[in-house]
Amino acid sequence: MLKIENLHATVADKPILKGISLALNPGEIHAIMGPNGSGKSTLSYVLAGRPGYEVTEGSVTLDGVDLLEMEPHERAAAGMFLGFQYPVEIPGVSNVQFLRTAVNAQRRARGEEEYSAGDFLRITREQAGALGFDMEMMKRAVNVGFSGGEKKRNEMVQMGIIDPRLAVLDETDSGLDIDALRVVGEGINRIMRKPDKAVLLITHYQRLLDIVRPDFVHVLAGGRIVRSGGAELAHELEREGYSEVAA
Amino acid sequence: MTAFPTRKDEAWRYSDLAALERVWPLPAPENIVVPAGGRLERVIVQDAPAGETAVHQVALSLGKGARARLDILNIGGAFGRIEIDATLHEGADFALNAVQVGGGSQVLEIVTNVRHAEPGGTSRQLVRSVLAGRAVGTYLGKVAVDRDAQQTDAEQSVRAMLLDRTATANAKPELEIYADDVKCAHGAAVGELDANGLFYLQSRGLPPAEARKLMLQAFVAGAFDGAEREEELQALALARLGEVA
Repeated sequence: MLKIENLHATVADKPILKGISLALNPGEIHAIMGPNGSGKSTLSYVLAGRPGYEVTEGSVTLDGVDLLEMEPHERAAAGMFLGFQYPVEIPGVSNVQFLRTAVNAQRRARGEEEYSAGDFLRITREQAGALGFDMEMMKRAVNVGFSGGEKKRNEMVQMGIIDPRLAVLDETDSGLDIDALRVVGEGINRIMRKPDKAVLLITHYQRLLDIVRPDFVHVLAGGRIVRSGGAELAHELEREGYSEVAA
Repeated sequence: MTAFPTRKDEAWRYSDLAALERVWPLPAPENIVVPAGGRLERVIVQDAPAGETAVHQVALSLGKGARARLDILNIGGAFGRIEIDATLHEGADFALNAVQVGGGSQVLEIVTNVRHAEPGGTSRQLVRSVLAGRAVGTYLGKVAVDRDAQQTDAEQSVRAMLLDRTATANAKPELEIYADDVKCAHGAAVGELDANGLFYLQSRGLPPAEARKLMLQAFVAGAFDGAEREEELQALALARLGEVA
């Protein structure tokens, strides 16, 4: 589904990614772990097409189509979702208004029929309910005045409504308490653990991976994947630290 | 004012004086008196045809305990200027909400002079400007608090959004306070659309033009909350945004 080959990228002319290769097949959940500054967030932004992140070498394809040629909104319409480490506050724009506009823009781009107001509200209620997210929060301005945990929950509600095929989740577990972590982790399983979907889960901690069981774990250090393994690699990292495992 | 203003005149410093000359001398300002305990709601829409000069001057006097709300949309003409002088007597309340949206080489100005002459008055000015092309948008807002006007509560919120590097926003809040027990707050900010916000919206599937539109709508939409002709004003503002953005 997602194929990354020898990806090099710079931010403000500084090389951050130095040759990443990774293939995600449908039905797979891949975790990327790594120390601060190893390039994890850069990888997620490059995949989503954030301005200022420049690919200098290599390729990324989604279902065989060149992802790097697409604009951010086209990547979304192609089925990709980026869960932000720091979800952005947008004063004055209500969550529901924004999401409905976004989902319908995606559906239009794919040649699908737009959701009616009723259908959209029903789906929103379902997804918000499943994540214990108050519908009142859905009517408020996007992420404005939300706590760190509420912002991350909101990301998951959005993911549930958008229903992507590929999710890149950048430290979705950071800033969550243990209960919220469970809700968010179970949300990821419920929405994304399907034979035709794939997840790239970027995290620092083992804890989320106890709920969302990865099929593969990769260690990113210095802009390269230095080790790959199964779920047991995450435990090894937790026990021994990055410096030991990545050495 | 009888003499034609020059650039040295602070109140006309950013104006299009060539355009002003075409309508000089100006007629006497419109005078509105709101009697003690009275209420006024007034909407001013400046949507003169392209190329024209439109100057509205209003002198407003609020009696004891009177309340007035002005909603202003400044979008038309080559040079559009709206000038409000308000004098507040004891316990009066004055609210001004204004949006200006300019493109091309338009020069749009809102000038307010709010004088708290007696104690216990409240005033608030909220101004939102969106400027594209080579447009110039100016807000000059003076609040004067007389020696006797204790417990005055005055507030200004001024924000401008520049859509192109060639557009200009001027914001000049000015406080002149002679009483010692007053609250006067003001904030002014000029910026561009938040790049992080735009990327966030796009990453969820909004094409760039729609993402910009949504953020601009949000920027101006709140200004007319609760206005007498709220929907009409919003529709006019959004239509003009659609033209310049």
